[in-house]
Amino acid sequence: MLKMNSRGAIGVMVMMAALAVGCKKNAPVAPAAPAPVPTTGENTNPGSMGRPTIVSFTVEPTTVERGQSATLKWSVTNATSVIIDHGIGSVDVSGQRTVVPADSTTYILTASSENGSTSARATVNVTVPAEAPEKAPRAKEGFEQQIGHLQDAYFDYDSNDVRSDAQTALTADAATLKQIFADFPSATIIVEGHCDERGSAEYNLGLGDRRASAAKDFLVQLGVPSDKLKTVSYGKERPVCTEATEDCYQRNRRAHFSAGQ
Amino acid sequence: MIQRLSVPLLALLSAAFMHAQPQATIYGDIIGKGGRPKLAVTDFKGAGAAAAFMSTFNGTLFSDLQKSGLFDMASKSYYPTAQPQSPNDFHPPGGAEIAPEWSGPPVNASHLAFGYAADQGGTFVLYGYLFDLHQSTIQGAQALAKRYFETMNDDGARKGAHEFANDIIAFFGGGSLTGTKIYFVSNRGGSEEMWVMDYDGSNQHQLSHNRGINIMPAVSPDGSLVAFTSYRHGRPQIDILETAGGRLRTFLNPDASVNANPAFSPDGRFLYFASSLAGPEQIYRSTITGGGLTRISHSKAVETEPKVNPKNPNQLVFVSGRTGPEQVFMMNSDGLDVERLTDGTGEASNPCWHPDGQHILFSWTRGYAKGDWNVFLMDVASRRYDQLTHSEGRNENPVWAPDGRHLVFGSNRSGSYQIWTMLADGTALTRLTNLGQNKQPVWSK
Repeated sequence: MLKMNSRGAIGVMVMMAALAVGCKKNAPVAPAAPAPVPTTGENTNPGSMGRPTIVSFTVEPTTVERGQSATLKWSVTNATSVIIDHGIGSVDVSGQRTVVPADSTTYILTASSENGSTSARATVNVTVPAEAPEKAPRAKEGFEQQIGHLQDAYFDYDSNDVRSDAQTALTADAATLKQIFADFPSATIIVEGHCDERGSAEYNLGLGDRRASAAKDFLVQLGVPSDKLKTVSYGKERPVCTEATEDCYQRNRRAHFSAGQ
Repeated sequence: MIQRLSVPLLALLSAAFMHAQPQATIYGDIIGKGGRPKLAVTDFKGAGAAAAFMSTFNGTLFSDLQKSGLFDMASKSYYPTAQPQSPNDFHPPGGAEIAPEWSGPPVNASHLAFGYAADQGGTFVLYGYLFDLHQSTIQGAQALAKRYFETMNDDGARKGAHEFANDIIAFFGGGSLTGTKIYFVSNRGGSEEMWVMDYDGSNQHQLSHNRGINIMPAVSPDGSLVAFTSYRHGRPQIDILETAGGRLRTFLNPDASVNANPAFSPDGRFLYFASSLAGPEQIYRSTITGGGLTRISHSKAVETEPKVNPKNPNQLVFVSGRTGPEQVFMMNSDGLDVERLTDGTGEASNPCWHPDGQHILFSWTRGYAKGDWNVFLMDVASRRYDQLTHSEGRNENPVWAPDGRHLVFGSNRSGSYQIWTMLADGTALTRLTNLGQNKQPVWSK
């Protein structure tokens, strides 16, 4: 058989084309060269002519904030298998995929066929938005320490009205108390009532009781559990100071908090 | 209608009273009309071993008679040199009076106490006589003639003097203080506890021992129980102790944040007290074990210090803020017929009934700054009052002695809170305590 390679076949065709042009009138028509007969065996598929090629593998955008998405895009030729890591897996020879990486990630695409394999990388930078530093876990203060944060509520002479400065103090105390009872569920707190030294000791026992009750009622209205607050009147028996001054008198006219049994 | 005597007018009237003019002071009302007897007391002599103890005897006798408040004591500097020891020593000159050297000037005595002490086999034997000098015969003059047997020592001499003085006092219708006791609060041991002492401040000793706050005692009419306010369980509640021996009695307190200021009914079967059972302290009554709880007062104010009229168990005085600052009120034991006794000025507290059921002592700041307390005496029917102390420190918790002439009270006039007694006219002022701070006395028979 005449074995012609492609170059030879083309040569013959060129020669025949030339003859055809020069001998148009009466030139005898040379018989067409026989079409090259495809040979079986290797190189029979016009497309599979080499190793896999990653035409492109990109990610856009290349920088995102945590929680935002990016898109991988790829185009591969001459591959029978295309795989992307980080859990994406097997994909078509070309395509795109949306990803939401938590942190900066490099994706690796591997294209392979019987001729070999090749890989390419695409990296997404992930930034963490500026935020307050994570709070240190709250240290649980001791019971007495927490009680020390409770502010006294002060009263006018011969009165158990919860005036506005006392309301402010007791409102803050309500929050502190709720925290105390959350940390120490079986605790009770005493609300003490006190008086200045000028009224009679006997009447002041009653007035101190009114002050303790008024403070407790205010706290209960703010959601502090009533059964965890016990009132005790000390009248004028337990002053914090003894000077005969208006300042000392006011310091004694108070509701005060202490540890329960 | 409320009438009030101004201080200068009161002083004038007191002076008048001293000279047997008609009384205008409330104290004069209390100790009776007719003026006080003018009493002369000789210096008794003692024979044998008794001689050594006569100084003690004479001092005690004169002091007891003077402190009783019943007498205008004739000054010894005017006495005649010759002093009788027995009725035989009298030589009536035959006029209207048996001994004008005693009943005339300068002594001007209406009565004479005299006598002597003998040593009879080692026993101090006291012979004591009381003569009414406005009589013309010795027989007619003899009011008292008594013999007393005592141990031959200072204690015996003192005891004899006390007994003779008590007999003279009883003759004039006065009660005696001998054997009476004062219960009070003292912190001398480091905590406020119940204490007790004799009427003259001797034999002070501790009754409660719970190392807590124990305040505001009240004593039963028979003197066997003292009720008070104690924090031994954490909150002010009522405790009752037996005075002889200190054993705690059971009292069922109401379930309240405050149960305080107990006071006994005149028959000793009930306790009136203040309780916060219904919110603000109100007056309640129960048995002395806490049963049969009954609410007495009905207001929205702080009310406390109920005190039952010793002559009328259906009448109480108490302290209330129902019209504003604390004031003294009166009501029936059913809570009706409430009247305010003080006029609403200043602050008033600590009422205490006189044994006669017609007068009260109390503390008041009237006329002074807040906290500047003085002792006042009021005739309840007329609302007339006298001021008995005058801002020598704070003077509070006045309580009558069983004799109805003396009172005990707390005062910081010495620089610390102490317990003092005096006659209701302000004389015979005596300090009874010294150690620690002492307050809130009550006087028991």
